[in-house]
Amino acid sequence: MSLLRPVVGVTVLLWLLLGLAYPLAMVGVSQAVLPWQANGSPVYLHGRLIGSAHVGQNFKPNPLYFWGRPSATLSVSTGKPKPYNALASSPSNLGPTNAELIAHIKRRIAVLLKQTPGLRVNQIPADLVESSGSGLDPDISVQAALIQIPRVARNTHLSAQFLHRLVEASVLAPDWGMFGVARVNVLALNLRLYQALHG
Amino acid sequence: MSISTMLTWTVVLAAFLLLIKPMGNYIAKVFTFQPTILDKPFTALENGIFRVIGVSRASNMTARQYGVALLATNLLFAVLGYAALRLQGALPFNPQHLGAVNPQLAFNTAASFATNTNWQAYSGENTMSYFSQFGVLSYLQFVTPATGGAAGIAFVRAMSGRKLGNFFVDLTLMCTRLLLPLAVIVTLILVGQGVPETLGGYLHAHTLAGQTQTIPRGPIASWESIEHLGQNGGGYTNANSANPLENPSALSNIVEILSMGLLPVGFFYAFGAMTGKRRLAWTLTSVAGGFFLIMLALTYFPEAAGNPIINSLGLATHGNMVGKELRFGMGGTSMFETSTMAFTTGSVASAHDSFLPLSSLSFFIGMFLNMVFGGKGVGLLNMLMFVIITIFLMGLMVGRTPEFLGKKIETKEVTLASIAFLLHPFLILVGTALAVYTPAGMQGVFNPGPHGLSEIIYGFASGAANNGSAFGGLGAALPFYEIAIGIVTIIGRYASIMAMLLIGQSLLAKKSLPETSGTMHTDTPLFGGILFGSIIVLNALTFFPIMALGPIAEQYLMLAHHLF
Repeated sequence: MSLLRPVVGVTVLLWLLLGLAYPLAMVGVSQAVLPWQANGSPVYLHGRLIGSAHVGQNFKPNPLYFWGRPSATLSVSTGKPKPYNALASSPSNLGPTNAELIAHIKRRIAVLLKQTPGLRVNQIPADLVESSGSGLDPDISVQAALIQIPRVARNTHLSAQFLHRLVEASVLAPDWGMFGVARVNVLALNLRLYQALHG
Repeated sequence: MSISTMLTWTVVLAAFLLLIKPMGNYIAKVFTFQPTILDKPFTALENGIFRVIGVSRASNMTARQYGVALLATNLLFAVLGYAALRLQGALPFNPQHLGAVNPQLAFNTAASFATNTNWQAYSGENTMSYFSQFGVLSYLQFVTPATGGAAGIAFVRAMSGRKLGNFFVDLTLMCTRLLLPLAVIVTLILVGQGVPETLGGYLHAHTLAGQTQTIPRGPIASWESIEHLGQNGGGYTNANSANPLENPSALSNIVEILSMGLLPVGFFYAFGAMTGKRRLAWTLTSVAGGFFLIMLALTYFPEAAGNPIINSLGLATHGNMVGKELRFGMGGTSMFETSTMAFTTGSVASAHDSFLPLSSLSFFIGMFLNMVFGGKGVGLLNMLMFVIITIFLMGLMVGRTPEFLGKKIETKEVTLASIAFLLHPFLILVGTALAVYTPAGMQGVFNPGPHGLSEIIYGFASGAANNGSAFGGLGAALPFYEIAIGIVTIIGRYASIMAMLLIGQSLLAKKSLPETSGTMHTDTPLFGGILFGSIIVLNALTFFPIMALGPIAEQYLMLAHHLF
């Protein structure tokens, strides 16, 4: 039995179907039907691209903004920490008994306590001091947003009540009201904040 | 447990329970050439393919021919994959102008994608062009699971007294009748949730905080769907399904979970439908389902309770969020990780290296057993291997000649099944020992203490089980691991498939015995219980010692607040 013809034939023909026709057709249909999502859910401000709705970005240590979760991504060229580097999504990979992990968390707690008037440790939710799986998590818990209000209020001179309303307005419910958790998209919240500050 | 967790689990488990029968019946119809609703759009296309390659739909091969055709085709996949990655710089659809992939990485990647392992020693978003992603790697994510599925189907045909079938026909049908139609649907759902699907280049954003951010894009949704439907698990980006570009919402998370489980559970039922032993299929499904639930509980509860060392710092919440994404919730995350380890997909929605020791034990169970549904076809083969060993053990105990589906289980079958069973721990334990024994192996360890040993065991278990996920800290890009895990991957994949095909061939050649009052029944809860117990005993005897040195030792040290 000669194998050459079926082996080569099936490889090439299935490639035309699955390696070429399928992805190109999917791009075509997606671009036609759901262009905003298919193009990466871009967010614009005054016509300028400021990010993607699904990708977190780095606001730390800028004291004017709400901060996202710690990010462990690195620079591709230097290998040094570069938070929210979307070109090199990565977790920290630190194990549960690694002393470095505990040191990182303690340091982040200390920074929050130092910069936030009146904050106590037992108000800080874990997501704000433990780094995410992708380094690009766009969200924080509602509690993580609320405890940042005193710091943002002090630095922006906006009232705490106003910022509270801003956070409440930014809360995303769980999908279909039942899957996942209520959360705040940090870019969306900061965009509202930016508009309040700059009109 | 939160309401969201309970609802997520209920919806996923209910969906699997509702889909297993229709999916299984559909698979059985396709591969016994009965009419289905997809005949109209695909028959002409398939006939065209069969005409060009010169095979007929109804032709048959021997186990040897089937195996040789499978190996030859897979070899060509790997060679072409290697060549295309090496030529990346000269090929089209490369808006980021990425150059050739280096030879070692191209070998490791081609081997790992050709074996449906999808172990990745690179970050897709800064290594692979759009063409390499969709034209090479995404293509392999269709045809390699189709290969595994074909092998499973050939074995089931043999068990049901049919001839083995033709590898090229099975490979084609697996793509046209199962993977492609499902991939189209899942792709569009994922785009709706926010997964990009474009050939436009990366986005350059100027952030509110005055920085710049480059956001990778590409045909990600069409990749993501087949990544999961084929239990491939190769991430488009380094963070895989933890990356919001690959898995943007709790809903997309559920869609990806269902995608990876649909075909493996369907294959369990298809086995029953094709052999006419539906009750046996439910027995096997219950055994695998039992292990799935144990893994789910073992993944969830330690993570929800959190790391005692961190809890002692006095934060407001206790769940372990290290390496996890917020949007899925603890319930969604634990369901995803359980599924990816049970179905041997190997995509991750969080960082496995940062899971607590007991939850990581659940990941190891998935890879060691390799039959908690497993990859489609292959997982069923592993389950039937345990069935044959269990029947043999029962036969020894009651002093009767063991039979399965009316065929005597004799020396040849038991020998082959034992080889298939022992090969798995051999590859994992010898690989780990070699790594621990050599400086080259120890160099790749990232986390200190027992966790470092777990990283090595995980790497080899992942290769041998063709899972492909990793304790991400391990230096997978080191030459030692690229080569050692590459080899383990290839042996783990093809040796067990070959052994099972030979068992199928051997059983097919035997006379069918009529059922008597002395026949041991395999479709009863009693047999299910014995099978369940045998699987635990066989695997505990094999793997408990190394687990005691890794996750179990770490658990006790963590409870004592010991840091490394």
